[in-house]
Order: sequence, then C-alpha cells, then structure tokens
Amino acid sequence: MSDIAIELKGIDKSFGPVHANRNINLAVRKGSIHGIIGENGAGKSTLMSILYGFYHADAGTILVDGEPVAIRDSNAAIAAGIGMVHQHFMLVENFTVLENIILGAEDSQILNAGIARARRTLKELEKEYALEVDPDAIIEELPVGLQQRVEILKALYRGADILILDEPTGVLTPSEADHLFRILDQLKRQGKTIIFITHKLREVMAITDMVSVMRRGEIVATRPTAQTSVEELAELMVGRRVLLRVEKGEGVPGEVKLSVRGLTVKDSRGVTMVDDVSFDVRAGEIVGIAGVAGNGQSELLETVSGIRRAIAGEVVLAGQPVAVTGDVDAGDLRRRGLAHVPEDRHHMGLILAFEENENTILGYQDDPRYLRGALLDIDSIRKDAEAKIAHYDIRPPDCRLKTANFSGGNQQKIVLAREFERDPDVLIIGQPTRGVDVGAIEFIHRRIIEMREAGKAVLLVSVELDEIRALSDRILVMFDGRIVGERGADASEGDLGLLMAGVAGAEQAA
Amino acid sequence: MSTPYGKLPPSAEYFLLPLVNVVVAFLISGLVVLIAGESPLRAFELLIKGSLGYGEGIGYTLYYATNFIFTGLAVAVAFHCGLFNIGGEGQAYLGGLGVALPCLWLDRFVPWYVTFPLAVAGSAAFGALWALIPGYLQARRGSHVVITTIMFNFIASSLMVYLLVHVLKPVGAMAPQTRSFEAGGQLPTLGFLLRLLGLDPGIAPFNVSFLVALVACFFVWLIVWRTKFGYELRTLGQSAKAARYAGIHEARIIILTMMISGALAGMMALNNVMGEQFSLQLDFVNGAGFVGIAVALMGRSHPVGIIPAAILFGILYQGGAEIAFDMPNISRDMIVVIQGLVILFAGALENMFRPALASAFASFGARASRRATAAGE
Amino acid sequence: MFWPTLLDLLESTVRVSPPLIFAALAGLYSERSGIFDIGLEGKMLSAAFAGGAVAAVAHSAYLGLAAAILVSVALALVHAYASITQRGNQIVSGVAINFIASGATVILGQAWFDQGGRTPQLDAASRFSTIAFPFAADVGKVPVIGPIYDHIISGHFVLTYVAFLMVPFTWWVLYRTRFGLRLRAVGENPGAVDTAGISVAWLRYRAVMCDGVLCGFAGAYLSMAMTSGFVKDMTAGRGYIALAALIFAKWRPVQVMFACLLFGFLDALGIRMQGNALPFIGQVPGQLIQALPYILTVVLLAGFIGKAIPPRAGGQPYVKER
Repeated sequence: MSDIAIELKGIDKSFGPVHANRNINLAVRKGSIHGIIGENGAGKSTLMSILYGFYHADAGTILVDGEPVAIRDSNAAIAAGIGMVHQHFMLVENFTVLENIILGAEDSQILNAGIARARRTLKELEKEYALEVDPDAIIEELPVGLQQRVEILKALYRGADILILDEPTGVLTPSEADHLFRILDQLKRQGKTIIFITHKLREVMAITDMVSVMRRGEIVATRPTAQTSVEELAELMVGRRVLLRVEKGEGVPGEVKLSVRGLTVKDSRGVTMVDDVSFDVRAGEIVGIAGVAGNGQSELLETVSGIRRAIAGEVVLAGQPVAVTGDVDAGDLRRRGLAHVPEDRHHMGLILAFEENENTILGYQDDPRYLRGALLDIDSIRKDAEAKIAHYDIRPPDCRLKTANFSGGNQQKIVLAREFERDPDVLIIGQPTRGVDVGAIEFIHRRIIEMREAGKAVLLVSVELDEIRALSDRILVMFDGRIVGERGADASEGDLGLLMAGVAGAEQAA
Repeated sequence: MSTPYGKLPPSAEYFLLPLVNVVVAFLISGLVVLIAGESPLRAFELLIKGSLGYGEGIGYTLYYATNFIFTGLAVAVAFHCGLFNIGGEGQAYLGGLGVALPCLWLDRFVPWYVTFPLAVAGSAAFGALWALIPGYLQARRGSHVVITTIMFNFIASSLMVYLLVHVLKPVGAMAPQTRSFEAGGQLPTLGFLLRLLGLDPGIAPFNVSFLVALVACFFVWLIVWRTKFGYELRTLGQSAKAARYAGIHEARIIILTMMISGALAGMMALNNVMGEQFSLQLDFVNGAGFVGIAVALMGRSHPVGIIPAAILFGILYQGGAEIAFDMPNISRDMIVVIQGLVILFAGALENMFRPALASAFASFGARASRRATAAGE
Repeated sequence: MFWPTLLDLLESTVRVSPPLIFAALAGLYSERSGIFDIGLEGKMLSAAFAGGAVAAVAHSAYLGLAAAILVSVALALVHAYASITQRGNQIVSGVAINFIASGATVILGQAWFDQGGRTPQLDAASRFSTIAFPFAADVGKVPVIGPIYDHIISGHFVLTYVAFLMVPFTWWVLYRTRFGLRLRAVGENPGAVDTAGISVAWLRYRAVMCDGVLCGFAGAYLSMAMTSGFVKDMTAGRGYIALAALIFAKWRPVQVMFACLLFGFLDALGIRMQGNALPFIGQVPGQLIQALPYILTVVLLAGFIGKAIPPRAGGQPYVKER
C-alpha cells in the first residue's frame, strides 16, 4: 500500500516520426487532484490514452497502487480502477442515461434483470457524489453539463478510483465549471484520485494540488500548485515569457458595416439556436461575442456568413440587405466584401486533401483573377498562393504541398491569409486560435488588430474569454441563443462569466 | 476514397499497388478456374493469345476497351463528387436509344459523318437524362444515389424491352431489335491503324468511337482538374461543409455531375450500336456499366489510369471469349467473377498490400542508403 | 370476384415475402452495427446456389439449408474483413460480392451439373414442402376466417414461418439483449463502445455474420422452397428491394416486415395483373408491371424517406482518434 495512486516510469510513445511522449515520469498521490497542462500537441492526450488502454506505450511501466500493471486495453484500465472522462463524450446520443452507463458493464446477456440492479446502484452513486441525473433521459436532450455527469457516473459505476478528466470545462459555463470543481472536490474527499488535463491556467491554479507541465512530449516540471503562478506555468508551457495581452490602441469606430436585427435561427431539430439577436459592427472596431460553446454562436456565424438560413430577421451588409431568410449565398456575400474565417478549419475552411494553392482560392473560385474563361488559371493561382505564403510566413513554403501536411497553426494561417488579403469590409472570425500553438497565436492576434486598424469591421467569436477580452472593443455575451449583455473591453471576467452562465449582470453596461 | 497510412513513392502508389491488386485478383480467379475443373495456366495462355496474339484479337480488345473507357470515365467523374454512380448500365442502355434514333432517321439520306455528331449528342443526352432523376433526388431529397441508380438500371431494362418489342421493332419482324442501319448509320472501323502496324484487323469492329473515347478522356481531365466547375465538383466531393462555405451550390453541382456521368456512360452506346451491330439490340450493354466501376477504381478515377485499366478489361473480354470457346465449362461469366475480384481488391481491399509494399520500400531505401554511405567511406 | 382475388393475392404475398424479410433483417443487423451492406443480392444468390447444389447431391433439404448458410456466411466474412479490418469502402465491397456471386454461381453450376448454369431439378425429398396446419381443409369452409386460416396462415413452407418468427426474435435481440444493446451502440458511436472495453471489430463481425446467416435462409427459400432448384440470377434484384425495404422501414424490425409485405404484395399484384386489363386504364404492358416495384421504390425514396436517419456511424470505418 503506497500513497501513490498511479505512477508512470519512462513512458515513451511515437507515432511514426512524431515522438508524442518522451520518457515520462510522473507520480500522482492518492486523494489528490493533479493537473497536467500543456499546449495543443504537447502530448497530454496521448499520455492519457495510454493510461486508458487506448494506446500501448512503446516503453516504460505503469504502477497502480505500487503494483506494475499492463494496460492492454480499456478493460485492463477499468480493472486497474482507472476511469476516463473524455473531452468529446463517449456517449450514444439516442440511448438513455441508464443504457449508456451500463453499456459494457451489463450484468447479463438478457438486459431486464440487470437493469433493475443498475438503477439501484446508480441511485446510490448519485446520492453519494451529488451527481443527480434522470436515468431515463435521452442523452441528446440533456444539456452538456449533465452529459458530462453521465460520463463521470460511467467511470464511478465501474468502480474507478482514479479519474482522468480531459479538458472537461471546454463546453461548460463558468457556473457549470464551478459545480464540476465542487464535485471533484467531493470525490477527492472520498479518497478518489483525479488527474485533470487542461490548457486553462486559471483552472489549474484554482483546484489542483499538484501540477505538471508538458511541452513537446516531455514533462518539463512538476510543482505543488500553491508554490507556482499563472505566469510561471505559462512560461514553462511555452519556454519563454508569453504576453497574455496584445498591444492595442484606442479604436475609432466608423460607420456601421454590418447590422443584424431580430435574427432567429433554428437547427435541423427545430430547436431555436439564435433567438432574436440584434447588434451592429462598425468599421474599425472589433466586436467580440463571448459565450460557452453551444449557445448559438456557431449558428450565428454561419447565418451571417451565408451558409445557413434564418427563419426571421434582417441583416444589412455595407448598406445592402442580405436575404438571410431566403436564398442566401456565401459566394454572394463574399463578393460584397465579407470574409469568413470559419470555426471548423478542417472540414469547412480547408480541404485537407487539396494542395495548398487549391485552398488559397476556396470560396473565391469565381474571382476573374484566377480564371481564364471557364478554365482555372493555374499559374496565377500558384503565384498568388506563393505571395500569401511569404506574407504570412507559412511553413513549409510549398504551395504544391497537400494541406494535411501543414501544422495546425500554419493551416490557420492559410485560411487567414486567404480571407484577410481580400481587403474585405467585414471580417467574421470564429475560434481563430483553436488548435494553434502559442507562437502562432500572437501572430494571428496581431493580424486581427491590424485589420481593425485598417478600418475593417470585425466580428469575433471565441470560447476563449481571454482572447475576447484581449482583442475586442465591445463584448457581447451570448447565452441560450440570445445576447444577454453588452460590455466594454474593460469588463471583468467575473461579470462576463455570470452573463455567460445566464445570470443577469449586476453591473450596468459600461 | 482511400486514406493513405503508409508512405509510398508515386510510382508504387499509382502503378505497383494497383498491379499487385490485379495480380491477386487473377490468382484467385485461377483458383475458381481450378475448382471448375480446368487448368488456370492454359486459361491464362488462351487469354493472352486470344486478346493480344493476333491483329483481329487486338482489334477486338480495343473495341471492348472503348466501352470501358466511357463507362470508367462515367464512374470516375461521379466519384470525384463523392457520388457512386452504379447506374452506368441503364444510362448506357438509354444512350443506345439516343444513337438509334438519328440513325434510323437519317441513315438512308446522309453519310455517317453527318449522322455521327447527332448520335454522339443523342447518346450523351439520353444517358444524361437517365442520370438526371437519381441526381436530382440525391440533390434535393437526399435519396441515396446508389439505391436509386440501381433501381433505374432495372427500370431501364424494362423500358427498353418495351420500346424494342412494341415501338422500334420493324413490323412483322420477330427479334426485339431495330432494323439494321444503312451506310449512314454505320461507323467506319479503325482497322487501317492496325494495318499500318503490320497487323491484320480481320473483322474486328474497332471503330472511330475509340477516338471519341480518347477525346472524352481529355475533356474529363480538363473539366475536373482545370475548370472552376471541376474545382467545385471536387470540393463538394471532399466536404459538403466546405462546399457550402465556399458558396458552391451543392444541388446544382450534384445534378450536373450526374448528368455528365450519365452522358459519358450513354456514349458507350456509340461503340456497339453504331460501330458494331448497326442496330439497337436487347441487352447490348451486357455489363459494361459495371465494368466501368472496376476500371474507375483501378485507374484511381483519373483518365491516365482509366485507359490502361480499360484495355486490361478489354483483354479479359476478348481473351475470355477465346477461353469460353475452348473451355466450355468456363463461360463469359468468368469475366464477371474476375471483375468482381478486381473491384474487391482494387476497391475495398486496396490498402491490404500497402503495408507490405511500404515496408519493402522502406527496407529497400535503408539498404540503398547504407550501401551509399558504405561506398562513400 | 374481389374477395377470391384478394385472397389469392394475400396468399401470394405471403409466399413471396419470406426472402425479402430474411434479406432485409439480414441487412438490419449489419447496418445497425454500422456496416452498410448492398451485397444482400450476392449472398442470397450464392446461398440459393449452394442450397440447390447440395440438396440435389445429398437429397436433403436441410443439408442444402446448411450449405446455403455456410456459403452466405463465408461471403459475409469477406465483406466484414474488407469493411472492418481493412477499413475499405463498404459499398464497393458489396458490389464486388454481388459480381463474384453472379459469375461464380453460373460457372460452378455449369462445371458441376452441366445444365447451362443451373442446378438439377429437386425432387420432393430434396426441397421444402408446404405444411398444412391442423384442420385447415375443414376450417377452410368457414366463411371469411376459414380461407384466411386455410390459405394465408396454413399451407406455407416451414421457412416461411421461420421468416415471420425472425421478426419478433430480431426485435427481442435488438432491444432486450446485451448483444443488441451493444450492436445498436456501435452503429451510433463506436468510440463509446470501445472505451467501455468492448471490441468494436468483434461486435461488427458478429453482426455481419448474423447478416450472413439470414441471407442463407433467404437464398435457401428461393431455390428449395419457392422453386425447386437454382437458376442463373434467380434473385432478380430481390436483394436490392430488401435493402430498399430496410431503408423505408428506417431500420426497425417490425416496420421491416411490413415494408417487405408491401413489396411482396406489389410483386404478387404485378404477376396477377399481367395480361389482364385494369378498369379504366386498359391493358398494362408487362414490362411496366415488372418495373413497378422499382419505380415505387424510387418514388418512396424520393417522397417519403428523403432524410431517413441511418445509424450515425454507418458506412464509416472505425479508426481510433488521435
């Protein structure tokens, strides 16, 4: 019996040329919350996947409770008492809560008997850990916070003593996140061990006892949380001092370039995703829309950029109305001076199988510069791509290379170069730095500010509150499809957080 | 359609791997031949001799290949848009109508080269029309184009039987086919090309529609890779989301792509109806639509690959006839089996031999570099 | 005149529906687990051939049935290997199997029996015969209920009853057993199944094998019950109609049965109408009647189904996320 719940010694894992985990050594104390932080691609998820039996380490040992274990598959991990709460929930959407929890842990071949027993066990667990949820509710009808509870219950139902949570707060409101932290605290007091993976420094400081920093596949430091700071952790994560704020002068907003009135959008299930939204964006200003993912921002972006149809409302772009409820067309809006950096880079903003230069014209294939009659002017396209590569320092500088071979940050630069270089009047940007390394983040933020200096109207949507606060001149908060508040750039995080959680702000608008 | 997870040089990717797939397909076919009680080696010998061993054989081989170039292109174009057009069979059948009508109308009055452009247009139009409805249903109703095109093959069959028996058959004739076309409805053969090479083309119906097929290859390349429409087509085939983002009209592209695909399949009819039979016959397509699937898969949906793949199947058809002649137990259905096996290995199992090839190349490369460093010391 | 005709039609419907029901249920297992199967036609055909061949040689219908199932499962395993292990395109694999079956059955048939690709005519011992329920002839005289009992319920092959019983059985498997729960889960979210410690591949293999077994029954019915021997291409597109029925029924067992009965009814109607004039319309060409099921399927696909939601993970090979 040791007081180390789980220990990793010399864990090593490569995927072909990518060395995802290098000689990882880590010891997690029982009954503690241990944070693992690192940027995208630092190797955190790979490590956790090894712990959960999803991948096999190339070298190294894992000891649970002092004993070496071979985690060949998920079953072995479960048997060792390891439970994982995934970032993207592993739930069957059209099953009930109960069905999801018993999946794989059914007592018998015939379900009926086992289900009654499962219900009872579930009730006990729920009471013990304050994780109430209706066992007969259908997953896809539950809010995200409750879905996550089901994930946690799944692990507890199987008797997990060690819980691994992978980026759990990405989809939660600040208040839901707080509730989660309370649950984790409760679990800790019951003797459970928790490993908490995140890239959000503030959370790590808030709830963890120990924190390990991963960078490029290695653990570069492990510290008791009480003895470190956000700045030190950020520096360890990146290897140099990182400015969390961007230099930004006072904006001088001009005329209204984008006007939205009473916009209402329903999704394919008939659920209202955008509810009577109205706002303006002026030339030379950045309007940031803050909010937890899933509150209608995506639908709002898609509608304003012409990809999705609204059921009601008006949008006016540079003085001309846009037929958002009718035959709206993204190409048409582009021609009128709108540019769109989509949230989903991999499936919307780029075609990964295409060459880089082919992606340079995505959305602009109607541009006469790229055409010779009905034919594509390949020379002109390639030259344009090369110019953009140079201007945005895209690496490797090969316009014939397949886009899948570029890193996340460079892929995003390809998209930005394409949209920004158009000299649009209005820029719509969604999650500009998702999956992008810190160095590229600075570059991208600076470019966005440049657009604003150049008199463009910028609408920015991001789930990263820090990003919104750093870049925006005005901040709108979306919750449940509605704009629940407007604040100035100096709004406090607490105030914004309350709005994001659907609580009306106590302070007046700035 | 494939997810590369082993790095292969282009020569292996586009030539060696497909070759390995074909060889395996042949080996298994040999097994079937064996089970049927005949000698695979002798069958193979007959295959090669019958298709390439003499002028007439080569002529027939190229004649069949013409069919498959058209149907292969048809499937390939649809593939690039993410659509699986299995309806080539029915589209080609309807294309035959588009060939027969101008011929029946004009063959007594004008030379072939006046009728020919009309026949080309007619075959393309009828083929496109037959693909239009499945295309429209996929674009506007989300009906899966695989199921609808299969259904349309069956409907085409019934429709054409009806037309041939009740409408197009000359009064008093017994056979369900049109009357024979006169000179104005008969395409000249390309036998003279073979004669230039010192070969005797015999009665092989290798005709000018082969040239149309080659021209079609060029235009498919041009359209898919060098036009705005082709760019939008490929984008849609890769990602519907990206297509919407890029302002591409999904429905319009799907419908047009299916029409082009159908038109290509329809043009296959030229070869048979105006180039060999000089009449519209029952079931003249005889599986060519499905061979097109195999050809497109083997040829990686690119004209440069489709032409050799089509010739390969031409070899199978012509050689197969020879085998069937000499080995009564192995009928033309053997070709269907080989076809199925090629589709299986070049299509569904295309990555099966990839790891083996990749490691072979890797060790090759390692050995070569070791030799190089050793030599350099 | 109407009632005997209707009775006739209903009896014919019950007679032609079993292969559709078997095949559609077969597809259900596979597709609910996430593996598209358009190779129903090929498996049915091969099973019909194997059944007819073995039954002729061994003079036993049940041995024929066993052979039919074995061959169908073998082909199903090829499809499973290509789709699951090799992560190949599932539609391409299905198409390939259909071709291989189409050609190989004729070649082997010719080589072994030398009758132009068919298997020998089966005598009474080598095929399935109809079963009369007790008192059928007597009860048959009772008005209305009698003929229903006598002609529609009684007097069919044992495989027919098996087919209809497979419907509630499949419902029970799918919704009341562990296997069914996991099968449905893996077709919606294979990641959830994988992280729960269940092998996605093995689950899908089993689903596809169930598919094979049921196609075996379908083919056996064709060559050993409905007719007496295998004939080239005897499935005549039934595999595709079964697939359409499956989609029409939105992948649910009981609805599948009704869809198959409907299509069977249309098939029976078509045969009945041939040569007869319809009121007001007059003579209907035989070819139109032949094409009717296919036309109706397209109409249904266009109108009613349109956006039927298939299993979410359908057709996508499962690859662990990185």
